[in-house]
Amino acid sequence: MRVHFTVNGRPQEADDVWEGESLLYVLRERLGLPGSKNACEQGECGSCTVRLDGVPVCACLVAAGQAEGREVVTVEGLAEYAGQRSGDGPPRAGGTHSQAGEDTRLAPVQQAFVDAGAVQCGFCTPGLLVAADELLERNPMPADADIREALSGNLCRCTGYEKIMDAVRLAAARQSEGT
Amino acid sequence: MGSRGTAGLPANITHLTQGARTRGGIGESTLRPDGTLKVTGEFAYSSDMWHEDMLWGQILRSPVAHAEIVSIDTAEALAVPGVYAVMTYDDLPTDVRHYGLEIQDTPVLAHGRVRHHGEPVAIVAADHPETARRAAARIRVGYRELPVITDEASATAPDAVLLHEDRTDHHAAHVPHPNILHRQPIVRGDVAEARRRADFVVEGEYVFGMQDQAFLGPESGLAVPAEDGGVDLYIATQWLHSDLRQIAPVLGLPPEKVRMTLAGVGGAFGGREDLSMQIHACLLALRTGKPIKIVYNRFESFFGHVHRHPATLRYEHGATRDGRLTHVKARIVLDGGAYASASPAVVGNASSLGVGPYVVDDVDIEALALYTNNPPCGAMRGFGAVQACFAYEAQMDRLADAVGMDRVEFRQLNAMSQGSVMPTGQVVDSPAPVAELLRRVKAMPLPPERQWESSEGVDVRQLPGGLSNTTHGEGVVRGIGYAVGIKNVGFSEGFDDYSTARVRMEVVGGEPVATVHTAMAEVGQGGVTVHAQIARTELGVTRVTIQPADTRVGSAGSTSASRQTYVTGGAVKHACELVRERVLELGRRKFGPYHPAWATAGLLLEGGKVVTDAGEALADLADVLGDEAVEIEREWRHRPTEPFDPRTGQGRGHVQYSFAAHRAVVEVDTELGLVKVIELACAQDVGKALNPLSVIGQIQGGTTQGLGIAVMEEIVVDPRTAKVRNPSFTDYLIPTILDTPTMPVDVLELADDHAPYGLRGIGEAPTLSSTPAVLAAIRDATGLELNRTPVRPEHLTGTDTGT
Amino acid sequence: MDFLRPASWEEALAAKAEHPTAVPIAGGTDVMVEINFDHRRPEYLLDLNRVGDLYEWEVGEDRVRLGASVPYTRIMEDLRAELPALALASHTVASPQIRNRGSVGGNLGTASPAGDAHPALLAAGAEVEAESVRGSRRIPVDDFYTGVKRNALAPDELIRAVHVRRADGPQQYAKVGTRNAMVIAVCAFGLALHPATRTVRTGIGSAAPTPVRATVAEDFLNAALEEGGFWDDGQAVTPSVARRFAELCAAACDPIDDVRGTAGYRRHAVGVLARRTLNWAWEEYRGARRGTEGAA
Repeated sequence: MRVHFTVNGRPQEADDVWEGESLLYVLRERLGLPGSKNACEQGECGSCTVRLDGVPVCACLVAAGQAEGREVVTVEGLAEYAGQRSGDGPPRAGGTHSQAGEDTRLAPVQQAFVDAGAVQCGFCTPGLLVAADELLERNPMPADADIREALSGNLCRCTGYEKIMDAVRLAAARQSEGT
Repeated sequence: MGSRGTAGLPANITHLTQGARTRGGIGESTLRPDGTLKVTGEFAYSSDMWHEDMLWGQILRSPVAHAEIVSIDTAEALAVPGVYAVMTYDDLPTDVRHYGLEIQDTPVLAHGRVRHHGEPVAIVAADHPETARRAAARIRVGYRELPVITDEASATAPDAVLLHEDRTDHHAAHVPHPNILHRQPIVRGDVAEARRRADFVVEGEYVFGMQDQAFLGPESGLAVPAEDGGVDLYIATQWLHSDLRQIAPVLGLPPEKVRMTLAGVGGAFGGREDLSMQIHACLLALRTGKPIKIVYNRFESFFGHVHRHPATLRYEHGATRDGRLTHVKARIVLDGGAYASASPAVVGNASSLGVGPYVVDDVDIEALALYTNNPPCGAMRGFGAVQACFAYEAQMDRLADAVGMDRVEFRQLNAMSQGSVMPTGQVVDSPAPVAELLRRVKAMPLPPERQWESSEGVDVRQLPGGLSNTTHGEGVVRGIGYAVGIKNVGFSEGFDDYSTARVRMEVVGGEPVATVHTAMAEVGQGGVTVHAQIARTELGVTRVTIQPADTRVGSAGSTSASRQTYVTGGAVKHACELVRERVLELGRRKFGPYHPAWATAGLLLEGGKVVTDAGEALADLADVLGDEAVEIEREWRHRPTEPFDPRTGQGRGHVQYSFAAHRAVVEVDTELGLVKVIELACAQDVGKALNPLSVIGQIQGGTTQGLGIAVMEEIVVDPRTAKVRNPSFTDYLIPTILDTPTMPVDVLELADDHAPYGLRGIGEAPTLSSTPAVLAAIRDATGLELNRTPVRPEHLTGTDTGT
Repeated sequence: MDFLRPASWEEALAAKAEHPTAVPIAGGTDVMVEINFDHRRPEYLLDLNRVGDLYEWEVGEDRVRLGASVPYTRIMEDLRAELPALALASHTVASPQIRNRGSVGGNLGTASPAGDAHPALLAAGAEVEAESVRGSRRIPVDDFYTGVKRNALAPDELIRAVHVRRADGPQQYAKVGTRNAMVIAVCAFGLALHPATRTVRTGIGSAAPTPVRATVAEDFLNAALEEGGFWDDGQAVTPSVARRFAELCAAACDPIDDVRGTAGYRRHAVGVLARRTLNWAWEEYRGARRGTEGAA
């Protein structure tokens, strides 16, 4: 079947989609957007978290056909999405150690993950970023227990979550300073 | 040497001369070079690989644990439209049809017999993963089931079926039974005599469950056939060259025709030491002439890699009335499963580290690994030492109680220190601040009581059961536990453990740039960050490029055994030093005649310049180098080790030891048997923290994996069928952010003079003591004996015996 | 596999009538797992995402009509007062991402004994609105579960809504899992006080082939509360009554040993949850009574 939907603000179309394919598969294998990760494909890890019409969901559990006509935001579009929300365009990466180049645009939560050491292998990172960004959109100054609850659907095997907590606190603090 | 620290410890602190004034060098918490790519989703993991015209590979696995294969019919599968190839054992291109890390006992595809649930039997290539799955389902395999061997009794029974007949491996000659893969005794002193001196003797039997690495990035990769008949493989692994050594002979290709590049690795923890889909992808690529992508799903991943050895450990400890250990006697039985993997090394660790970080003169330890029909077990973070630590730390608590001493003081009294002798006879010749680490974790402030209560009422998220709303404080009891552990760093027992680094220095855009190329597998630990720091420190530059890891450079050894910063870090340091010498030679040739300091002063590279040790700048590196590039590739080795004597276990078997201590504070809902870990404090000696932020990340991550095996993680194998019962993230549970406590970390830096920068390998030690500390805290809260891990609610409520 | 995309409820019913083997998919949190892991290859997937009515709810005088696809997140945030047990249950479902997609309709359709919503529905009292081209009917939730992962729906029927009784008193819900979040129930317990009828209702999850009510325990407790005049004088439930109630709830279980827990543990834990949830709910009732009296 053929599926049309919007990803990160751009209309996309996928052809010859097998009916059993997930949104995650279509993003990763058909649209060249492998940022959303395929860690469990059973909704038990959150690595594939995307916004579907603004709502954080596991892309592995959305049938591709269900995305028809809808808006999807993935980690690849997070900086732009966050920038539009704040209204002043995405900030630029500040880290002098960034190998990807200083021009890379990052959402505040992305920059905080880099700065706080919240990234090790990084496989959980895209899903955590989408979930954490949505939390901060809803609740700009979350208590620790709120952060833990909001991220309780995202498994990380490397960090023990402490640096992830630090990163979300850091992003929240920077966000509140900035406004 | 030198001054004394505040705690009365010798202050072996690493002092830098070269590079001390260069920004972004060692000792700073520089940020990951791959961080930005990882937060934008652009970092390409092995499962993200994509190629025009690629096909999808699928593996057909055995649904039973032990059977004869009486027939395989692939005709129906081959007839499925979209299928390009179906291969079985009979299609393998050469006579090399087995592989293995140490013992080549693992069939590439099963032949005549399957020995464990999930063993690969056939492989398929098709144009879509669903086509490949449907085709695999149409391969007809006839199995005649055999009785399963699942434990020591069934493995060594007189009529036991042999897992591997006609063994020729180098352990075969010294094992008591062919279903015993390896056995290592460690015998020192006279336990029988020492026992007579003991006023207290404590015996215990402990069971350690099977843990999964549960890295998040599933086994995956892309094999692309090349025009020269070779293959390019993009893969997530812990050791490219070890893979290569096993892959190339099966394909019948010379190693240089199997070009491997490290793709992004989504965690490893030991689970990527062995091959998974590498050979299968290459076989299909060479057969079809098309690129082959294979990605396991989570279900398959549980069958696609080895697990942590489950173990049964019997211990006897003795102590005198004044609290001195008299002896330790132990028997550690590890279940290696169907194939050898890293089992021999696990046996070596379990036995040689089986006493823990304590001084005991009289020791009699035996560790062995079985061949069974259970899932193959091999490397996982802290292997061998993890299982032993769980048991000996439980024993130390019980013995302290028997003697009537404080549990921490009892440990401190018996703690080893620099100069102590291991049960293997090896002298510990670098700092071993065991007592101090315990002092530090004990001295940390305790978290407040009843932290779940506030003026707004009860927050269930902070109670056992969490969001499930099982208690509002009823039945909740707090407990505190301590543990300390010892782990070896690097490959042991005489293994030629080396790494290779290629370092290049040249001027790019008017600025000196260092390029570091190694085959080190970056699996998340931050080796790439540290390599850049080392290059900055040693070469006095700001800009460092880390080349992708591949097999165009020599082996870096494995990203395991807490060894990479030590060994590949050491190799990078060594290569940088040689580059620096060459650069200084260039400088002397060019500028020596104009300034006497070139000949007389100690010269350093700092801030892009050549400077004297008195701080006088002599030349810009850009001018020294000009158009020239200096490049050096060198292998680097740590001090050699030697094998353990097969009968006594004596020998200088280990390179370095690593120590961590934990204090766990838990709250247990004693009625429901649910546990919430409130805090897990850790103190660890790291020798020298090359990157403090990464060090803490490793300690917290390792601590959390230890927590997981304490309270929830276990691969459950049905003892009647040897089949895995919970191969999914629904039923194999790893800690969420609501299960993981705050983890204060106290980092001690006592330099090991034998190691680069005095550093100590750090990745594994925190995984050891975390588990027994949590168990001790649960025992403290409940008063129960709890001799197995993980602890399940059934064990805490006396409801573990079925209905 | 065919993917059917009805744009309205009528189209959905027509499609289900034409293809009775079609598997309805809304949040996908059960169905997609089965597809991803190759456990199921339905001939037709019937996507209900475009049927907007299924995402709506109406709060009536006695009942809440909850559209089959209303996500758990909405229930736990917007229906706490009307459906307290179901809101608590919704909060224990898997993860935030799953709660954003999963729904009570899906829980009922799957009819797993471990479904989180069932004990709350049983305790509150509910009816399932099932419909086919042949017509609509209301199935009392007590009669809905017919076996392990089996329910009372006819092959051509779809779940349109659940009619849950509005709370007339305190309700509680608790679930045991071996992790502090994102966990499938080892067992679960729902309890609702119905002061209007002076009854207590219960629901047990994951401790029998189907979700069940502990009717003997309910009868005992209802009689004990009535005889002791507890409803009137607002005294605390006596420990012996709570204990007996807990024992009878445990006895209502018919659990199995599985990889998530032993039968013995499930029975034990259901007893503990029964006692605790009764105490919490009853204390809330007493508090509310005291509040009313104080105000009067």
